[in-house]
Amino acid sequence: MALSRLASSSSRSADLLKPLCSAISLRRPISTDTTPITVETSVPFTSHQCDTPSRSVQTNAKELFTFFRDMALMRRMEIAADSLYKAKLIRGFCHLYDGQEAVAVGMEAAITKKDCIITAYRDHCTFVSRGGTLLEVFAELMGRQAGCSRGKGGSMHFYKKDSNFYGGHGIVGAQVPLGCGLAFAQKYSKDEAVTFALYGDGAANQGQLFEALNISALWDLPAILVCENNHYGMGTAEWRAAKSPAYYKRGDYAPGLKVDGMDAFAVKQACTFAKEHALKNGPIRGKSLSLVEAIKLTSSCSVCCAYMQILEMDTYRYHGHSMSDPGSTYRTRDEITGVRQERDPVERIRKLILSHDLATEKELKDIEKEIRKEVDDAIAQAKENPLPESSELFTNVYAKGLGVESFGADRKEVRAILP
Amino acid sequence: MLGIVRQKMLGQSLLKIRPAISVLRSYSSAAKQMTVREALNSALDEEMSADPKVFLMGEEVGEYQGAYKISKGLLEKYGPERVLDTPITEAGFAGIGVGAAYYGLKPVVEFMTFNFSMQAIDHIINSAAKSNYMSAGQMSVPIVFRGPNGAAAGVGAQHSQCYASWYASCPGLKVLSPYSSEDARGLLKAAIRDPDPVVFLENELLYGESFPVSDEVLDSSFCLPIGKAKIERKGKDVTITHGVGAEICASVVEESFAYLDAPVERIAGADVPMPYAANLERMAVPQVEDIVRAAKRACYRAVPLAAAA
Repeated sequence: MALSRLASSSSRSADLLKPLCSAISLRRPISTDTTPITVETSVPFTSHQCDTPSRSVQTNAKELFTFFRDMALMRRMEIAADSLYKAKLIRGFCHLYDGQEAVAVGMEAAITKKDCIITAYRDHCTFVSRGGTLLEVFAELMGRQAGCSRGKGGSMHFYKKDSNFYGGHGIVGAQVPLGCGLAFAQKYSKDEAVTFALYGDGAANQGQLFEALNISALWDLPAILVCENNHYGMGTAEWRAAKSPAYYKRGDYAPGLKVDGMDAFAVKQACTFAKEHALKNGPIRGKSLSLVEAIKLTSSCSVCCAYMQILEMDTYRYHGHSMSDPGSTYRTRDEITGVRQERDPVERIRKLILSHDLATEKELKDIEKEIRKEVDDAIAQAKENPLPESSELFTNVYAKGLGVESFGADRKEVRAILP
Repeated sequence: MLGIVRQKMLGQSLLKIRPAISVLRSYSSAAKQMTVREALNSALDEEMSADPKVFLMGEEVGEYQGAYKISKGLLEKYGPERVLDTPITEAGFAGIGVGAAYYGLKPVVEFMTFNFSMQAIDHIINSAAKSNYMSAGQMSVPIVFRGPNGAAAGVGAQHSQCYASWYASCPGLKVLSPYSSEDARGLLKAAIRDPDPVVFLENELLYGESFPVSDEVLDSSFCLPIGKAKIERKGKDVTITHGVGAEICASVVEESFAYLDAPVERIAGADVPMPYAANLERMAVPQVEDIVRAAKRACYRAVPLAAAA
């Protein structure tokens, strides 16, 4: 009797089912359950030149568990990278994303692999959300063959073109015009997809951003600029770098939305809204208008017809700017622990899962244990993976080398025909 | 041994060989040791103290004490009007620096690395380098652009490029590449005092290196002449220079062909973007054994790579 009730009913009432749940493992039905659950975002959205999306977000148990698992995985991965860097297995620069996981996970939930994402150098988790594996991450960080860039890129240069993830960029701000270029190509190819170009509060003042924004608005490109505002550009707080740190308003004529970036559902809602706006008001709509209609339309609503928009994600990084930065000379430890206690994105989902009785604390801890093992296994595998072959020095300089010669440090001794 | 170890870390083309023994002979046994970082910091401090027109501008130079701690203590000493933290906007703040130099101030603009100077290169060349010429001498530009250049350790393709030959090709710029603490101190002081735009190429891997410095070097009036190379060690069999290899080779062949007993050799960075993997990075950057091999070839005592392996 009880079992059939369990099998048929997808919602759980606390009293009856809890004791049974601990006796019988009900893992599978709960985590694939797609019965709608409505959650409220932490705070309402703030908008600039557009309407706000609703605070009520549709989700389900399956998505809640996916969010929890994905963010917990990212969290564990970044913490493991910290240890590897201190053990000198990772060299050079290493910029960690722990605290910001909700942006990567929420965005991915709102889009498809046809949509493009481009970001700066804090790219490990974005790579994973686009389908990258832990082995590819750790092997690349350690400069091994199994890395996503075969060991030649390093931490700041992860790519996954088959999932429309375009990197992984070291020069602050450069990824924004590049992202607008991706959007240009999507419109040009009539692809009905959009590009999310991510940048930080430090990059938000870059001139090239405004140049790209101007062109994107002028040419109606399906570009969505996403400012991951973690409030510090390396060691400089936003109020010391920007006259106006209201980044969602900085697009002037471009609509903007301010989002709680620590709330994966707020991120998902905002990205869904932005994508719809870009596609509905952009290339597809333009296609169905006659020339006269189009001219009338653009002249009558000069302000709100920009398809490209800005999403400002209010987020936070627990680590310093990079592993070379302690992160505590320009912020107080109280601030860091305060954010961790009040706004941690993983904890937020944990509380939602528990409050909706979708799992027990122990079950969630077990998931985290599994994740820990997954991460440890990937690291062990990556450590065994070999360094690139010497011949890799000269591969991929060009896509097509035309038989030209290239030289090593000693021109007489090390030379190669570029493949 | 110490000298040779130091060479290994430089990512430039032909390097100076500087055996520790001959260095110790040159100075008294009570010589003070100074790191390149200390040398640069003290040079900046002294020049800012001597001339109120000198100011420092760049990312994290003030409150953070400098991304590489080169400007440590300067904000406290000179205040926020003379030590300015900029947003991450190289084109903007380099242009602002050049404008201030037009007006007669003496800016020191720091690039966190010279890779980021590419965002500002229009101002460095078109606004700074060419102005004195285009204005027939009215607009001198007493600015210094400084920061780490070239290879570091494992920072990848976008953070490892050497800009020496790029900037050295631009008439109107003075391009300096100091090695030791003495070089760093004397040349930075000279650069700040110079009425022309100077590109001052440091290297991150040298910042922590210690060199002995004499009392003369420590004096606040110490200054080195710009445009004169230092003979680190005299000899008669082979000459090893460091820096813009192609230009030096061409000049030597053009001017001194009759003096040459052997063709000129070049050791330089590999013709590839800098790879991240440690083994590939090592192959992309000149190593001591490359220099030794080339020197022996020039002396007709060649030992090929394959034989040595």
